[in-house]
Amino acid sequence: MLTRLKQIGARLRALFRTSDLDRDFDDELQSHVAMLAEDRIRRGMTPDQAERAARLELGGLTQLREAHREARGVPFFDALAQDLRYTFRSLRRDAGFTSFAILIVGLGIGASSTIFSVVNALLIRPLPFRDPGRLVWVANSGSENDLSGQTVPVGPFLDLRDHAKSFSDIAAYYAFYEVGDKKLTGDGEPERLTGVPVSQNFFPLLGVPPQLGRSFTAEECKGNYPVVLLSAGFWKRHFASDPGIVGRKLTLSDRSATVVGVMPSSFDFASVFAPGTRIDLFLPLPLTPEVDRQGNTLSMVGRLKPGATVQQARAEASVLSEPIRVRHNRDELRFTLGPLEEHVSGRLRPALFVLACAVGVVMLIVCANLSNLQLARTATRQKEMAIRVALGAGRGRLIRQMLTESVVLACCAAMLGLTLAVAGTRVLAHLDAISLPLRESVHIDAGALGFTLLIAVLTGLIFGLVPAFQVPISAVPDSLKDANRGSTGGKSHHSIRAMLVVSEIAFACVLLVGAGLLIRSFLRVLDVNLGFRPESALALRIDPSSQYSTQAKRNAYFDEALRLVKSVPGIEAAGLTDVLPLGHNRSWSAGAKDKVYSIAHPPPDAFVRIVSDGYLKAMGIPLRAGRDLTERDNVSSQPVILINETLARALWPGRNPIGQIVQYTDRDRQVVGVVGDVRHLALEQGSGCEMYLPIRQTDDYASVDLVVRTALPLAGLAPAVRAVLKPIEPNLPANEFRTLQQLVDKAVSPRRFVVLLLAGFSAFALMLASLGIYGVISYSVTQRTQEIGIRMALGASARELQAGIIFQTLRLAGMGMLAGVAASWILTRALSGLLFGISSTDPVTFLGMLAILTVVAITAGYLPARRASRIDPVMALRAN
Amino acid sequence: MAESKSDILQGTLDLMVLKTLDAMGPLHGYGIARRIEQLSEEALLVNQGTIYLCLVRLVQKGWIKAEWGTSENNRKAKFYSISKPGRKQLVAETANWERVSGVIGRLLQLGAQS
Repeated sequence: MLTRLKQIGARLRALFRTSDLDRDFDDELQSHVAMLAEDRIRRGMTPDQAERAARLELGGLTQLREAHREARGVPFFDALAQDLRYTFRSLRRDAGFTSFAILIVGLGIGASSTIFSVVNALLIRPLPFRDPGRLVWVANSGSENDLSGQTVPVGPFLDLRDHAKSFSDIAAYYAFYEVGDKKLTGDGEPERLTGVPVSQNFFPLLGVPPQLGRSFTAEECKGNYPVVLLSAGFWKRHFASDPGIVGRKLTLSDRSATVVGVMPSSFDFASVFAPGTRIDLFLPLPLTPEVDRQGNTLSMVGRLKPGATVQQARAEASVLSEPIRVRHNRDELRFTLGPLEEHVSGRLRPALFVLACAVGVVMLIVCANLSNLQLARTATRQKEMAIRVALGAGRGRLIRQMLTESVVLACCAAMLGLTLAVAGTRVLAHLDAISLPLRESVHIDAGALGFTLLIAVLTGLIFGLVPAFQVPISAVPDSLKDANRGSTGGKSHHSIRAMLVVSEIAFACVLLVGAGLLIRSFLRVLDVNLGFRPESALALRIDPSSQYSTQAKRNAYFDEALRLVKSVPGIEAAGLTDVLPLGHNRSWSAGAKDKVYSIAHPPPDAFVRIVSDGYLKAMGIPLRAGRDLTERDNVSSQPVILINETLARALWPGRNPIGQIVQYTDRDRQVVGVVGDVRHLALEQGSGCEMYLPIRQTDDYASVDLVVRTALPLAGLAPAVRAVLKPIEPNLPANEFRTLQQLVDKAVSPRRFVVLLLAGFSAFALMLASLGIYGVISYSVTQRTQEIGIRMALGASARELQAGIIFQTLRLAGMGMLAGVAASWILTRALSGLLFGISSTDPVTFLGMLAILTVVAITAGYLPARRASRIDPVMALRAN
Repeated sequence: MAESKSDILQGTLDLMVLKTLDAMGPLHGYGIARRIEQLSEEALLVNQGTIYLCLVRLVQKGWIKAEWGTSENNRKAKFYSISKPGRKQLVAETANWERVSGVIGRLLQLGAQS
């Protein structure tokens, strides 16, 4: 054992001292030969004879040296070291090829690693909670984008928590927290903060303790205790990570609140539960009857008991729905649940799958392209190979040499790719404009490193394989004899290259069609009639502060704010609303007073907006019939309501809705106007029923946004509005303005993200494919220089020659496109979930992409064709 | 296939080299080759090159040591000498060899009797 170790050690050491040991052995052999020769001379030979005899007796000195090296070292590594040395030499000699190869493989690997990191963060890496596999998302079974339909009231939540046996615990957070509903004052610049009320067991259930201080106590969660936990981001941003923060008192919306702790930076509530937003504070959520009366407000996270499965929990929750529904008289209540991970990233799964496939295809194109280049190189290196074969290199050894070369190239490229991926993931993690869950946790980790290495080696092997097996078996006589020119691999060689190009075109075609479909969907989405006009409109949060304690005071505040804002020159319209489109939303059931509803025939649910007069105009929502709200629709006047066309159709089909009465919960409101539908949930989703209540007749709103429309540039507007509001709102935070266009952009950001990436990939693929075409055609022109010369000498015109070569190009491109279209026809079906407004076999996209490919192919073929037509026949013929 | 054959030869050669060094003290490669040829009365023709492959192996196993020195003819040469583990190995190998050759000898006699 010890001997064996010693031997291995000695062998490994020998690897690094090859030249020393070689010299040593040479000396030893020399003295051996000398002694042997002396011996022979003593026996009567002449010195020359003796020397020769001595060498013979030893066997070939070179072979002996080789054998000695093998005996003392590790032959595999020895050969590898040799291959590597040779590789670096030959790559350096061919610097153009090397840098091009490293560039394209690097780009491909960079893209792959970046996408892998995103997939890793969203689908592979577990959520940043304790034992996240046992966490489930419990929801009400309403529609996906309607928050009211997904949440439950306090009472049913408590009942479920107390009775369900599959869970070790269920926690909740208040889903209708308003972005920026807490205003921090008296601590530097006033700032609007977003706080999420969470139940006492929320952090313990997730298994995330605060990094500083403590979590909420049961006592604090009973009433409105003025305590807060800070998010790590807010703590760092606003308090410069002050370690003495615990116990500090903050003024939040004019109330004092004590900081009891700081959450760790690994806990990012927003990135898991509300992508694209920022959460600064956590507040205790009192599970009181008052909150229960607000209706569906809670989102729930449960932890399964050990041994319980999601199916069991789902079945139990479904069974428990019935008695809880009856007990709390909530007709619409039905619990559903699924793994939390699915809730967080399930919606992005298809998009990520498409991106991953796209990146895979890009890598295949990269491989095909490099194979092609390597083939061209082997063709010119045929003679070198032949010489090496003649000197005794085995075919296996040459193949190994070729593969080493491509793997080394790929690994060099991986370094470039890794740099790109690090940059790419960093950019991605900081792109606030993209609402992608877990975006902040996208980075290059050990997994991504391993993936990159794997991809690099695989790429090297794949693109090296075809050229490696083009190594001649025993082409010595042919290649060496053919001393002058045209030492190609012959016909089969060329057809392999043509096949590679055809497959490149086919792959590029698939990518182009996929990207084309998504781009067209994206354009369709942007083209959607939103129901409001986002351009030249601005929104500004102006929640009335606590000094406006009564509804009358608040109404006076609104009157004053609207009056002041309208006095700013250039403002066309101004109005108030409690929710802006594409943000939060809630729904109430709204029935016609003249109809009878039952559990079997419930009244429709309608999205609620609390708005003021002027809102419709400021938003650009068209009034279809009746009148707009006015300042006079206030507490003392008759309760009125505006409804959208969909709700009008649902309640009074075929009848005039104006003057009808809408009944919801306990109040009756008269319909005074009908307005156009607004896409409130998402651009891709129809409107559903909507209703608008006058802000002066209710106080059921959590926040107030002022919307202004202007004819002037938006940039100058914000300071003017802030200045004019100063008398009534001196603490207006600086970062308050949002253009409506920003809201729309944010809503389409995940789609834009996918489209941009896919478009980038296809552009890259198209470029590679065109290079592939160019390479092959250009090569064949070089090969046929003589033939072309002869043809020209025989009277062929330049035009004919060009046409011939372009026809050759088009034949390649045609074959590729045929295969590509066939593949796309099948593969784009996987895209159908991501498409909007077009089918997965959209003929316009298919034809458009084919046209692009054809144009690119003709361009790539035209350059060599032009070169061919300029060949001087005399020169071409003489060259031989 | 070639390996098993050379393995046997290797083993035997190792034993011969070790024994030679044990008996003769430090020797250079040429000396070892000469000595083996002489002792075998030229019946065993050792390829002199293979001696060196055997020597490098034995050095790596730590059974012999190598050192540059001067030969009797005032020539620079590498001298090999047996080490302590080498002696131990020699004893073990010798015993093993005797046992094997005894077995083979008895086996061959058996064949002759029948």
